[in-house]
Formats: sequence, structure tokens, C-alpha cells
Amino acid sequence: MSNRQLSSCHSIRDRGNWRVLILAVFTLLAAGGMILSLTQGALAISLKDIVTAVLYDNSGPNWQVIWNIRLPRTLVGALVGINLALAGAILQGVMKNPLADPHLIGISSGAGLAGVTIMVLFPHKEYLVTPIAFVGAMAAAVIIYILAWKGGIRPVRIILAGVAVSAFLNSGISALMVFYSDRVHGALMWMVGGLSARSWPHIDIILPYTIVGGILALLGARRLNILNLGDDIARGLGLNVEFSRIGLTAVAAMLAASAVSVVGLLGFVGLIVPHAARLLVGSDYRYLLPASAILGVAAVTLSDTVARVAFAPVEIPVGIIMAFVGAPFFLYLLRRDA
Amino acid sequence: MPIMNVENLDLGFAGKEVLKNLTIAIQKGQILSILGPNGSGKSTLLKALARNLKPDRGSVYLAGKNIAELSAKVIARTMAVLPQSPEAPKDLTVRDLVEYGRYPHQNWWRSRSATDDTCVDWALVETGLTGMEGRIVSTLSGGERQRVWIAMALAQKPEILLLDEPTTYLDICHQLEIMELLADFNRGHNITVAMVLHDINQAARYSDCVAVLQQGKIFAMGRPEEVITADTLRQVFGVESIVTLDNIGKPVVMITGLTKKRGYKHDSN
Repeated sequence: MSNRQLSSCHSIRDRGNWRVLILAVFTLLAAGGMILSLTQGALAISLKDIVTAVLYDNSGPNWQVIWNIRLPRTLVGALVGINLALAGAILQGVMKNPLADPHLIGISSGAGLAGVTIMVLFPHKEYLVTPIAFVGAMAAAVIIYILAWKGGIRPVRIILAGVAVSAFLNSGISALMVFYSDRVHGALMWMVGGLSARSWPHIDIILPYTIVGGILALLGARRLNILNLGDDIARGLGLNVEFSRIGLTAVAAMLAASAVSVVGLLGFVGLIVPHAARLLVGSDYRYLLPASAILGVAAVTLSDTVARVAFAPVEIPVGIIMAFVGAPFFLYLLRRDA
Repeated sequence: MPIMNVENLDLGFAGKEVLKNLTIAIQKGQILSILGPNGSGKSTLLKALARNLKPDRGSVYLAGKNIAELSAKVIARTMAVLPQSPEAPKDLTVRDLVEYGRYPHQNWWRSRSATDDTCVDWALVETGLTGMEGRIVSTLSGGERQRVWIAMALAQKPEILLLDEPTTYLDICHQLEIMELLADFNRGHNITVAMVLHDINQAARYSDCVAVLQQGKIFAMGRPEEVITADTLRQVFGVESIVTLDNIGKPVVMITGLTKKRGYKHDSN
């Protein structure tokens, strides 16, 4: 074997090791984020006390805090992180556009208008916000798809239809906010996205989508890889391009809609987490999807902990923290890559 | 039996008819080159063969079966397609890309087999890429990159290979390298090659059969020495030429000028 062959085999193995290393680091970050989210807060509880409380002692004050507040909140954060990061990673592949995220297919504006309508016009029916926001998100995605359909789907038409429909729906949100400016506070908090007071019922809503969507996404990893070679090549390799694009967009829409309907319009995760993951593990979706999901968990749980602790007793919405810390970090990665 | 044939194909886009009632048969084991001026519909014909454009009327058959009724993966196991200047994601290695050629032979429950590895290795050897499999595709030279894409197509183990101007943007040495490579696959592995070419002399030298398109119709089709004549070039391309024979009896074209001096040849473009 020549030196050149040796070095090329070497680099393939190195790349494999590198990906595993990055996945391990992401996992540590995610675990760290979840532990911090459980232990830190108005009442600091050690990890040992948490384990004791959960496993043995179902009565003390610790158990109340852990079981009713911290644990469900942490889990909602983790699931939301998974869903939004996966949705963003899928959409960036399907649309072959680095700016693609759940906003693009109308998830945010659809959920936003539906949610804000309930909060502003029917404030006594606040329990409807989550289901109606989900319906609004899916409806917006379907409308954009129908508008973009013309003997097939071209990413560019989806992007343009998405921009137009989102602008239309957002003007509805703005109008509601202007007309009912006395009631906007709750709506505003929800639009920024936050995890406060999220508990077990929210997990019941989001978990099925995380499981089903996550499995479908991983099964679609190879399709995404092929799709990334361009439509003509993908078709030549025997991929059903239209079907794959519609199916994967639907999976992304479900993942994002379930997340957004529970925590509000958390914008940042779906765009930047997949990018950061891609810069570090590369564009092979078999690694990129799990890496995005795990990094999504880390991003949301860590940010939420900061959001609760940094200005205690005032809690700031997690969306603000995430953008504030994440955007500069992302710019750093971008500069380093170039 | 022809490996591919097209019957009464009409195809247009943006309100313009590009191919008009076109019928053509690609014989198994041949190298077919499609020639024609800009806008004559040669790339459109190739895209119709590759299913990248849907015909308005008429049908395309692969080994006697209508491709509209075959599954995408079944087609991809017989027919490989290389469009003009394809682009790969920035961090893809040579081996990654060639492995994608095995996609039509894989399923979600069986993602990779020993046969796949053998085919990938074979394709890398045939295209002279062994030793480069760990290199990043986007850092390679144009000629090397084109060989990687051809290796990917070969890994599909196709019976027919469709290419749209495979030598565009390459220098003359790499152009010949690609043409020789295709001729080797054709002779050595009986892979039928159908391609759109710009260079008439390359088409003449390497093809068993040449099809000349003019305004969406076949103007002439047959052996290069029958089809490539001064008369064809005058009528189709609007140029005057001297056509001689080279050392292996294939026609060589030397263009001497425009048929209509200082005027614009009127075509549908």
C-alpha cells in the first residue's frame, strides 16, 4: 500500500473518530444541561438529593419541587430542543438552503396567529392555545405547500411562498396586538418562547411527536444525503424526489408544530443548532440528525437554566437567552470555518 | 432490441415546444452522441430520457418497458445519469460520493453489503481513483471531479449511462481522458453510452452512432461518417466546412466560415 493510500485511509478513520468525539461532547453538554436545569433555581438542590427524592422519598419539599416543577420543565425543554433542531436540520436539507428553518414553512406565523388570537380574543380559554396553535402551524405549512405546488415542488417556490404567507399571517398578529394592546403581555411572552409553568400535560402533548418524528427523521437520513446531491443526481440514483421532499417536510412540520404549540415561538434553535452541528460533524445526515437533536437538548436546557437563575427572582424567557448567547457563538463558528 | 427508445415525444416548457414528435432508438452496446446547435433540444432530450423532464406526449422505454411505469430504484439499477456540472456537498470524500452510487441497490432494512463495497472498489479502480478515496471532492481538479461522478454512476452497475456534456469546462487532455474512459467502459463492460456533446470531432471519433438534432427534430442519425458531412454542418449549424477522414477512418471537421457572412443564423433561440 502506497503512502498516499495509507494517508487517505487514515483520514477516513480520523473523520469517523472526530464525529464520534463531537457526538460524545454534545451528549456531555446535554447531560450537563439537564443536570443543571434540575439542580439550579430558586431552591438549589444537589444531584444526590434529587436522586433520593425521586427514588425513595416521595413526600419532602424537594420531591414537590423536583417532581412537579423541575423534572417536567427540564424534559419539556429537552423534547422541544430535539424537535426544533431536527425540524431545522431536515428543512435545511430538503430545501437545500442554509437559511431554512421552521419559520420558513409557516410554522411560527401559523402557530403565532392562532395562539395570539386565543390569548387576546378568548383569554378565558387559554387551555386552547396549544391545540389551536398546533392546528394553525400545520395549516400554514399545508397552505404554503399548496401555493408552492406547480407540477412538483421547487425549494425556491416554497421559500418565496413561505415568506409571503408568513408576512400575511404576521400582519394579523400585529393587528391583534395593536387593537388589544392592553392584553398583549401574555401573548408577547409566548411569542418569544418560554418554558415557565410547563409541566407533565405538555410532555404528553409533545412526546409522541418527538418519538414518531425522531424515528421518521432518522429513517430519512439517507434520503436527505441523496437529496443534497441535487434533484437531477438524486433522481438518477433512484430517489423519488417529490415524495421524499413532501414526506420529510411533513415530518419537520409535525416536529416543529408540536414544539412551538407548547413553548411558543422559540425561533433560534431550529436555525442555528443544526448549523452549529453541521459545522462540527459535517453534512452526512446519519450523523448530523442525532448531533442536532442532542445539541438541541443542550441548547434549550442550558439556556433555560440561565434564564431562571441569571436575574433571579425575575425569570426571562428562554428564547432571549438562547439568541443572546447562541448568535455570537454561531458567528464565531462561521468565522472559524471560513 | 434497443436498450432505450423514445416514441413520438412532445416536450415543451415555458410555453415553448422544444421536442416535436421525436422518435429515437438507442441500440444496446453502442456509444451514441447527440449533436445540435443551441436550442435544438439535445439537453432536453437527455433530460426526458433521465426522467428529469416529463413528456407532454409520447413515451420513453427502457429495455422495452415504459419508464413512467417503473419504480425509480428499478430504473436506477439499469440506467445511470450524469447531468451537466453536478455539485457535491463541501465535505464529501471521493469514497462517500461513489458509495451513493449504491443507493438504488439498498433498502432501509439493508443499508450496506459486501457487494456494495466490491462495486465501489471496482468503480474506483476503473476510474483510476484508488488512493484518492479519502480526498474531499470539492478540492479536486475538474477532470478528477468528473471521474468521481462517473465512478458514482459506475457503482450503480448500469447497463446504460447518460451524460450531458461530460467534457465541458475541461482542458483538452482531460476531455480526452473522459472520452477514453467512456470508450473503455463501453468496450470492456458493454455499457451503452448516450451523451450530449458539443465537440463534433470528439463525437465523430468516439461514437458508433451520431444523432443530429435541429429545432426539436432528428435531422440525421447514423454512423459518424454518414451523418457528419459538410452538407449537414451547413444546414444544421450554418457553417461551411471541409470534412476529411482521420487515421481510423472517422470524419474530421475543419470549419472554414459561416454560411451566411456577417448575418445571424436564424434559429429558435
